[in-house]
Parts: sequence; structure tokens; C-alpha cells
Amino acid sequence: MNSKRILVLGIGNLLWADEGFGVRCVEALNAGWEFPPQVELMDGGTQGLYLLPYVQEADCLLVFDAVDYGDAPGNLREVVGDQVPRFMGAKKMSLHQTGFQEVLMAAELTGKLPAELVLIGVQPEELEDYGGSLRDIVKAQMAPALDIAFAWLERWGAPARVRQGKAASLTDAALAIEVYEGERPSASQAYRLGDARFLNLEEA
Amino acid sequence: MAAYETQGFKVDNSGKRVVVDPVCRIEGHMRVEVNLDSNNVIRNAVSTGTMWRGLEVILKGRDPRDAWAFTERICGVCTGTHALTSVRAVEDALKIQIPENANTIRNLMQLNLYVHDHLVHFYHLHALDWVDVVSALKADPKATSTLAQSISNWPLSSPGYFRDIQNRLKKFVESGQLGPFMNGYWGNPAYKLPPEANLMAVAHYLEALDFQKEIVKVHTIFGGKNPHPNWLVGGVPCAINLEGVGAVGAVNMERLNLVKSIIDRCAEFVEQVYIPDLLAIGSFYKGWGYGGGLSSKNMLSYGDIPQKANDYTSGNLLLPRGAIINGKLDEIHPVDLKDPEQVQEFVAHSWYKYPDETKGLHPFDGVTEPNFELGPKTKGSKTRIEELDEGGKYSWIKAPRWRGHAMEVGCLPRMVLGYLQPKQYPEIHGLVEGALKKLDVPVTALFSTLGRTAARGLETAYCVKLQSQQFDKLMANLKAGDLNTANIEKWEPSTWPKEAMGAGFTEAPRGALGHWIRIKDTKIDNYQCVVPTTWNGGPRDHKGQIGAFEAALMDTPVAKADEPLEILRTLHSFDPCLACSTHVMSPDGQEMTTVKVR
Repeated sequence: MNSKRILVLGIGNLLWADEGFGVRCVEALNAGWEFPPQVELMDGGTQGLYLLPYVQEADCLLVFDAVDYGDAPGNLREVVGDQVPRFMGAKKMSLHQTGFQEVLMAAELTGKLPAELVLIGVQPEELEDYGGSLRDIVKAQMAPALDIAFAWLERWGAPARVRQGKAASLTDAALAIEVYEGERPSASQAYRLGDARFLNLEEA
Repeated sequence: MAAYETQGFKVDNSGKRVVVDPVCRIEGHMRVEVNLDSNNVIRNAVSTGTMWRGLEVILKGRDPRDAWAFTERICGVCTGTHALTSVRAVEDALKIQIPENANTIRNLMQLNLYVHDHLVHFYHLHALDWVDVVSALKADPKATSTLAQSISNWPLSSPGYFRDIQNRLKKFVESGQLGPFMNGYWGNPAYKLPPEANLMAVAHYLEALDFQKEIVKVHTIFGGKNPHPNWLVGGVPCAINLEGVGAVGAVNMERLNLVKSIIDRCAEFVEQVYIPDLLAIGSFYKGWGYGGGLSSKNMLSYGDIPQKANDYTSGNLLLPRGAIINGKLDEIHPVDLKDPEQVQEFVAHSWYKYPDETKGLHPFDGVTEPNFELGPKTKGSKTRIEELDEGGKYSWIKAPRWRGHAMEVGCLPRMVLGYLQPKQYPEIHGLVEGALKKLDVPVTALFSTLGRTAARGLETAYCVKLQSQQFDKLMANLKAGDLNTANIEKWEPSTWPKEAMGAGFTEAPRGALGHWIRIKDTKIDNYQCVVPTTWNGGPRDHKGQIGAFEAALMDTPVAKADEPLEILRTLHSFDPCLACSTHVMSPDGQEMTTVKVR
């Protein structure tokens, strides 16, 4: 019996277009597959330090996220081990990741960093679209990202199985991707731009 | 802009300008600019929210019963509080009465959030503004143990324990990865603690990191899941079956006992670690009385934790409601979120457009039309601003006012309002008085950065007491046979009026939070949130009145202009809803916070 505790965590803010990649990935995992009891799927949102308790309890941590690697949009990367914290602190990255880097450091400081760390990150195409959803090129990477996760879960002795029956939803039903996209107010009703003008990105 | 006087402050932007950007980088970005006079004293402060956050507009046309799930995503730290405010707004609009148990369980979740949030804030987001981590390496573990044992009975206090902590810290520092401790202004003369107190605080920083995993379980038990618990218009989404067994299904006795044990452990940690640490640290900084800002003049709280369900009048709220203006502490004004004359938002210095910008708009009539334009004295370009012109528009945050006054919101107003009403709030009064006595400071000492930080700790002590009280109330009601947790009479939209409007409020840990909703033909027609950091972090209004952050920075001396420790200390004392505060890194581990001195 393999009792390694596995946390599969999706992080990001699903209200900001491709920022929602991580959360959408765990949502899809939960909807389509079943896992042994030692696996926990979690929609971590933008909770930062508040995710520490769950990270501390895990032996293996797999994170889905939108990461600015400076790659072409939609590029998928798998980062393993002590490279993970470094990548999660990358420059110009979205808001929550710096918080998550701190989570990993705090876990280490308390002697409870998971022994195995994996980050499956996609290069976002668009973040500045408030109320928007994943861009096609990013959405298309969900399936390959899940495949990477399946391989790791297999390696950790906790293979996924195709789900029989309907899953209890991980996020609230109103936030499920089809509802979220389908009920979006029009651009004239709801201003969609974030404010890139102030972020001093011009020369960065 | 010439020097001028407002709210008792003399604002003068002629001195050298220091820019701190970003102060925090979650849930909206924040930047401050200050002018220092020739003695390095802050004579002008400009607080700006640098990211568009018109979070309400994406709710238009959606189902009001779902609003909580969206508002929960607005912010990385206020999740549950936004959800609670949202369901209260919808219940107010549709006149839904919630069952007694639902009210008590919401109170328990809210109080649990307070304890968690305040602890994390004190130890992990704020302590390092007072505690010099590197100095802890020089501490004598034996002397640290003596110090710790002199202030508390907490068992983890032996010389060996502190030596062990010191060694762990040394290893971290030597490996070059200070981790969360990186980028501090270690050695800055504004740090006043002796090495032993620093080491004790670092030990408790680590203990609190471990302790928080216990606290969050309450939300999982009542909310079904974490970190985004479920909420429900009309009650709470958990059924209760006292005879049930196992971990799945209705909340049963086994899980209620777990809640009780978590409540007890919270009380223990707060009483034996947090409060003694707070008083010990406070005693070394008594002389640093800066940062009071608006608090001695204008304070506002919406109040929270209704003792009885569905009664949101101030006499029924265990956290006080009220407004104080012009420093008149003997006069507490009633607060009504629906009175169009009370809460209003102004945009004369915000990047929005109103038909008449000398007038404020009540949130029911709120307009959120962006208008990004910079004042003529702005330095830099439109996409790379070096220095703002506070004479023009300069923030994405609106300027909320209460009857025209800029107000401070948060734990300090709540505790002061409680202290001023000893009959209704004897416990708050006692806690505040006890701390003042222990530190041997007058009541006016509360109106400071340190006072704000102390108020947060005292409030935590009060909240752990309320947790026990609310738990007992829940158990008594359950044992009397009332297991009802939700009222779904008006769940179906067909039962709703064609048009309805309502206001929901809470006190988020960081201050007054309000949601205003208009429902039309069963869909959301308008939704406005005024969040605590809008109150505290908002810009000037059309009269030039400064906001709470701006006021709090005024007249503070800065030891080293290129190390804005005092600025961060004061801003952090508000617990701005921008988590993770200062520790923002780039890939090579450098802090992205740029400090520019001009």
C-alpha cells in the first residue's frame, strides 16, 4: 500500500482569462477521473500563504499554473524538484505566484516541504481580460497538461481511472467553465481591461 | 501644488520624493509616494491603487444566488467574508430570514476567519516590520528562555528549544536562502528589539506557521471544502445530524467536537503566545507613536456577529457598529448602509468619470466608468509613471466618504467603539484597558501604528471568547431539537419580486465591507462592493481631504530614506487586503519592490 499523500493543486484567478488555467485543470481532472484516497485535488485560487497547511501535509505536490517563462503563448513546461520555487517566482508573472513561492519557502522553513514537487505550467496568451476565460491556445494545452499529471500520479503509485458517474463539482457550479463563459456580460456592459499602463512593463 | 491644510494635517509636497512601488502585489497593486522634508519627516503622502478592479461589473445579468461564488474570487484573502456579505445582500433584497443555526454557524466561520487572519497577519505579514530576524542570530538562547518564561506559561520555552530554532535559522541564512526573511531591512535603526526578543518572535513565527493548519479545519467542516467553502443564500449549506457517524455527509457530533477542540486550541495559542508577544514587542516600541492618521478623528465600523439571527441592528451586534467624527469620542453616530447621505464614493482623484465630480454617489447608484488621465505634473510617460501628480487623478481606487468624511476602518475602530461602550461591550473594554495598563500608556496611545497592531491582537482575544460562546449557543439550540440550517422558501426566482434591492455588510478582518445589489427580472442589474482597502487606501476627494493610509504616513520620521521600513510598517498595520505584502521576488530572488529616492 502506497500511502504517500499527494496534493494536486490548481492555482490562479479564474476571473482573469489564462490565469484560470491551473484551476480549470484540476476542475477537469475532477470531472473526468477518479483517484485513490491519498490524492487530494484542490482549487487553490489565489490563496497564497493560506495554502500552506495543505502543502505541509503532502509528500508529493503537483501544481498547475499559468507561468510566464518568456515562451511562446500556449507553451507547456514541466518543472521538477528544486527548480519549482525558482520558476514560480519568475518576473512579470501573475499575482498569486509570488505568494506561492513564499508558501514553498515557509513549508521548507518548517521542515515540511513535500519531498517531490512538480509544476505543470502554461505560458499565458492573455491575462488582461477581466471576466474572460482561457484563450483557445491555452485551453488546448489542458489535455496535454493532464497527461503529464497522469504520468506523475502513476509514478507515485496513485493512477487515475476514468470516472464512473458524475463528480461532485470542485468549484461552485456557477463558476464551471461553460456557465462562466456562457453568462459573461457583454464588453459594453462590463469593462474588460486590466490596467497594464501602470505596471511599468514598458521597459521591463 | 502649494502646501495646504486638511483634517488637521499640513500637506506639503515640496521635499524630496520617495516612491515605494509596489507595496503589495496581490488583489490589486498598490504604490505610495511620499515627500520628505530636510529632516526626513513625511510631509505628503500619496496612496494609489494601480490596478483596475471593477470587480462588480462581471456580475451583471447573472443569478443573484451565484454572486457569492464570484465575489469569493475577487480577493485572495477575504474569500469567506465576501461570500458572507454577498449572501446577506441578496437576503436583504429578497427579505429572506435565515434560521438561528445558520446565523450561529456563519458567526463561527467568520470568527474563525478573524482568528486565522489576525494570527497570520501578525506573525507572517507584519511581525518582520518590528522584528529583526538577523539580530535573532546573536541572541543568547538561555536569556531568550528566561524572557519567554517571564511573560508566558507556554511550554515551548527551554534554552534548548530556542537554541534549536536559532540553529535552523542559521542554516537558512548561511545557505543564502533567507526564504520569507529575504529582503528585509535587517539592521535598520528603526528596529528596537533586543536579540532575545527577536529570537523569541522568530520561534513563534514558525510555530504560528504550523498552527494555522489546525484553524482552517473549521471552514472545511461547515463549508464542506476549503480553501473556498460553500455558501448558501438562505442559510448554510451543511445539514446537521447529531447521531450521524463518519466523515462524509451531515455535520455530526464527532465533527462538532473537533470544532470545539480547535476553538480551545486557538484560545490557548492566542492567550499564551500572541498576546504576550504583542505586549512584549509593544513595550519596546512605546516611544514610536506615529501612524495614527485619521484614527484619532474619524473611524467607522459596520459591526458584525449578530447574536440573534436576522437582527442587524447595532444593539444585536457583538462587534460594534458606529461612526466617530472630528475626534468626538463621546458621540457615536448610527450607521445605515442604505441611507443615500451616508456612504458615498467620490472620484475627483480617481480614474473614473462622474457627471459631476464634486458630488459623491451612494453605491446603489454607483457608476464605474473608467477614465485614465494623468495630472499635468506627472513625471514619466503614460505607460511608465515615475512620479504621480496628486493634483489630478491618481488612483484606481475610489474615495469613499461617510457623510463627507474620510474614515479609517478596521480593528482599531472596532476596538475603540467597544472600549467606549463598556456596558454593551464589557469584554472589549476590559481587554483594551488591561493592555493600556500593562504597557502603562494613555488611551490616546491607541491612535498609532502600534495601537492598530495591538487592537488586532486584542480583537483576536475577544474573538476566541466569542467563538466559545457561539459554539455553546449552537449546541444548546441543536440539543433543544432545532436542526434547521437553511430557509429555502424563496429559493425559486418565481417567488421574487420583479425588482428588489438590498445591502449586505460584514466587518472583514481588515475593516468595513459592504455589497449593494439591485435585482431586476431575477437577474443582477447592478452590484457594487466597497471594500475595506477602498476606505483606507483611497485617494483624496474633491476637497483635497486625504485618505486613511495617506494620513497615517503624515509626520512620520524615516530613519533611512532608501529603506522605507516605517512606511511599510504603518501600511501593513492596516492589514491591507493585498496579501503577501512586501515579499515580492524576481527570478533571481531580488525583491521587485523598487524604492526610488528623488
